[in-house]
Amino acid sequence: MNGRFVRGLAEVGVADVAGVPGAAGVAGAAGAAGAAGAAGAVGAVGAVGAVGLGGGKAAGLGELIRAGIPVPPGYVVTALAFGQMLAAVDPSGSLVGSVASLDPGDLPAIGRVAAGIRSRIVSAAVPPEVAAQVAEAYEELGGPAAAVAVRSSATMEDSAGASFAGLQDTYLAVRGATEVLDAVRRCWASLYNDESVAYRRRLRLPEDGLAMGVVVQRMLRPRAAGVMFTRSPVTGDRSVVAIEGTWGLGSALVAGEVTPDSFTISKVTGEITGRRTGAKLSLHSFRPNEPGISASAMPLALRGRPCLTDDEARALAAVGRQVEEHYGVPQDIEWALLGDDPACPPMHGDAADRIRVLQSRPETVWAAREQAPLATPKLRASDHVLAWLEKPL
Amino acid sequence: MDGTDDAARFPLPSEIADAPGAEDWRSMYPYFTRFQPEDDQRFWFYNSMHFPEPMPAFDTITAEVPYSAIGANTARVFVFPTTLGIEHRIVNGRVYITAIPVLDEAEIGRRAAIFGERASYYYENWDSLYEGWKVRMRALIDEIESVTVPSLPEFEDASVVFGSVGIAQNHYVRENFHKCIDLFSKMWHHHTEMLMLGYGAYVVFFQFCKQAWPEISDQTAARMVAGIDVIMYRPDDELRGLARLAVEAGVDDLFTEGCSPPVVLAALASRGEDGKRWLAAFEEAREPWFNVSTGDGFYHHHRSWADDLTVPFTALPRYVAQVRSGTLSARPTEELRAERERIASEYRSLLSSSEEQTAFDQMLGLCRRVFPFVEDHKFYCEHWFTSQFFGKIREFGALLARFGVLAEAEDVFQLHHTEVDQALSDVMLAWAAGGPPLGGVFWKPIVASRKKMLAAMKEWSPPPALGPVPTALNDPAVRMLWGVTQERIEAWLSPSSDEVRGFGASSGVVEGPARVLTDVNQIGEIRDGEILVCPVTAPSWAPVFGKIKAAVSDIGGSMSHAAIVAREYGMPAVVGTGDATKRIRTGQRIRVDGDRGTVQVIE
Repeated sequence: MNGRFVRGLAEVGVADVAGVPGAAGVAGAAGAAGAAGAAGAVGAVGAVGAVGLGGGKAAGLGELIRAGIPVPPGYVVTALAFGQMLAAVDPSGSLVGSVASLDPGDLPAIGRVAAGIRSRIVSAAVPPEVAAQVAEAYEELGGPAAAVAVRSSATMEDSAGASFAGLQDTYLAVRGATEVLDAVRRCWASLYNDESVAYRRRLRLPEDGLAMGVVVQRMLRPRAAGVMFTRSPVTGDRSVVAIEGTWGLGSALVAGEVTPDSFTISKVTGEITGRRTGAKLSLHSFRPNEPGISASAMPLALRGRPCLTDDEARALAAVGRQVEEHYGVPQDIEWALLGDDPACPPMHGDAADRIRVLQSRPETVWAAREQAPLATPKLRASDHVLAWLEKPL
Repeated sequence: MDGTDDAARFPLPSEIADAPGAEDWRSMYPYFTRFQPEDDQRFWFYNSMHFPEPMPAFDTITAEVPYSAIGANTARVFVFPTTLGIEHRIVNGRVYITAIPVLDEAEIGRRAAIFGERASYYYENWDSLYEGWKVRMRALIDEIESVTVPSLPEFEDASVVFGSVGIAQNHYVRENFHKCIDLFSKMWHHHTEMLMLGYGAYVVFFQFCKQAWPEISDQTAARMVAGIDVIMYRPDDELRGLARLAVEAGVDDLFTEGCSPPVVLAALASRGEDGKRWLAAFEEAREPWFNVSTGDGFYHHHRSWADDLTVPFTALPRYVAQVRSGTLSARPTEELRAERERIASEYRSLLSSSEEQTAFDQMLGLCRRVFPFVEDHKFYCEHWFTSQFFGKIREFGALLARFGVLAEAEDVFQLHHTEVDQALSDVMLAWAAGGPPLGGVFWKPIVASRKKMLAAMKEWSPPPALGPVPTALNDPAVRMLWGVTQERIEAWLSPSSDEVRGFGASSGVVEGPARVLTDVNQIGEIRDGEILVCPVTAPSWAPVFGKIKAAVSDIGGSMSHAAIVAREYGMPAVVGTGDATKRIRTGQRIRVDGDRGTVQVIE
């Protein structure tokens, strides 16, 4: 067996990440690979292209890299590896098949079946070839003890139609090859989280051909991190970038543990047209010798201080624009800003060099709203004024 | 005030107490400016934009005449569908205004039919009409400049007899005074002839921008429209040219900080050909470009550069120094033009359909068509004409002083124009009869008491608005010209104690020491890196913008002079604060937030 179960982020797919037929092809091929051997599996993956190879998150990161956007270094444990694992724990496919017939309203049954699959996945031995490649890639990434983030990357997530946001697992600050492999396995199992299964049943999404990639990236120790929208989440205004951020890891913000600082920046003029400093009460960070993230009280001196300088905010907005331009539609982006400890004065040098994008997805709320045209051409330009002045206010 | 209904209202006009020490203020102003009992039912706001100080009696003409002209043009000439004119009232020397909206649908429709025809004629022929306007305005300026004030000598000139003129010059005292008033009125009719339509085009473009990009700042929308070759940069450009010439002609040694204009001019006269060359250029620049008021043209004491050379001669030494060090740069008009186009085309590209883009092009195009008038009319009207007008009135004041009716020429501005009329009649009669005029004992005590009352009223803080809070603001003029919006009214109702609020006119946030100047003649006091806090800035203030870090003004909107210049210099500005010069003291450290339109006193 010599398939490539691990790929560089830049190698993974762009096209039709959520494509169900493609994903079915991968899983089918992977399933077949279990029986027929690795060479066939690799070929099958090639035949269906990059679709579903790394899952949605991995594909998104790959595309960012190819667009020249800086992302943290990392690799993908592909859907092929997941297929190997699944073939090992459920050779006949009957277990996974039983999920498809579950009644979306029967939560106890969903819980029972899902828990069964999860426990099989986390307790069974990972196929040795896969385990070896994951460990090798981890060592290459940062040595034997580097902290990494291990993130689920389902082949159906992050599509505009079906948002799986938050339904699959992410493990931060994981250290050591064994721990990483363990986290990878838990990510695989999270495809069968109760909520995920219930969600798929409700939407009647096919179970056949689902797969899970896993992204492993170097853990950043950011000075500040957060999210940004390349349009106003409040007004839908496409001429601005809205940034929210906090000191340290962005997980404090995503978890809702801080009121973040916010900036609104004009894409056209670079002017900061709105700013608010939030009460950032909690600080997320990770320590060299402890696994996971620890939350502590934000040092007093940092609470009321904005986590970004104006230049940094503008540089972030510029990256946001670049990502948006690449995709052609407004984006919802997770970012981190490298730098010294927040307690130090801001780093000098180009803020743009210190920005990393952790994830980008199309903005979905405003995109879904149909807008009537704001104005239509009139016979004479002055007719616009006449029409307005003739209207009672 | 009691009862729950009072929760959301401003003081009623009838509740305003007389400013202590100015109990007799009503005697200064005509009856038609007084609040009536039924005015308690209406919403009024203090027009601090134009009238930030108590009105001297004569200066009320800068309210009476413009409102007479604005209403005529909106209500009667162009027949705006949803608005008639503006009413004004004076209390404790302050001018409050309200607009009369048209609310009845049928009436709006009837007016709209007439308005459509008339307004589109102006919009469609704007450029040629504006050319014609300039010719008419220049003629009015020539007329006001040529008004003479009779000297009333002991004996009439012989030519009156041998030319069989038949009219003695005391007749012309009244006729020529009336001519000044009449010309002032004609100027204001011209002023509002095109301005309301010009603002209309701007507001429509602006509202489209706000709808398409709800978070666009006022100043960014303005930047897409703003002209590059705006006439009000010209006076400052002339000074830069004079500074260059001074260095080139080798007379630059005379321009030192604190130099006295008459001394420098006398010295130049004795510097041979080079001095002459500079003086000739100076005379050329002076007319008309030194006719810039140090204010906004609404008060007689806002003198022009021509009246008082201190302002240009404060700027000249600095410009001369910059010429020597090679740092005097011309306005980068090409870059400004390119940036304006870039901004407009980037916003345009954010629109989602070509239909919207075409509509945007139409609105922006119309706006740019009307904008040269909107930006430049002020120089012709409020600066050039008005400087000459107040100058002539001052000459009539000198005549009254010569005849002992007034103690000094400046006192003429303590009389309403109808009272000046009476005083001049007195002089006409006295010159004819050979006896003394009777006005001395009559007017001098009145003038003295009015000066005291003005000082007392200056101490009174006028509420930003009076009367009930309106449920809807249905007048486009009020929103267009004064920026009175529902949000503004909310802010008035809940004033913030440590924050001065105005319009963010140029973005950015800076901190620095405040320099509060109440008069442009103090500009010499400004030190590098200070934040200018002033009542209003006009083109005559331009020279200080090279020194300061930010600008804050009591008066002005996002298209005001301070706003435009600050944007060009890329410095934060907050305008239209109403009372920044009162609440901030020189030396205090302040933070100016040009994005939010706030000024905070830090220490």
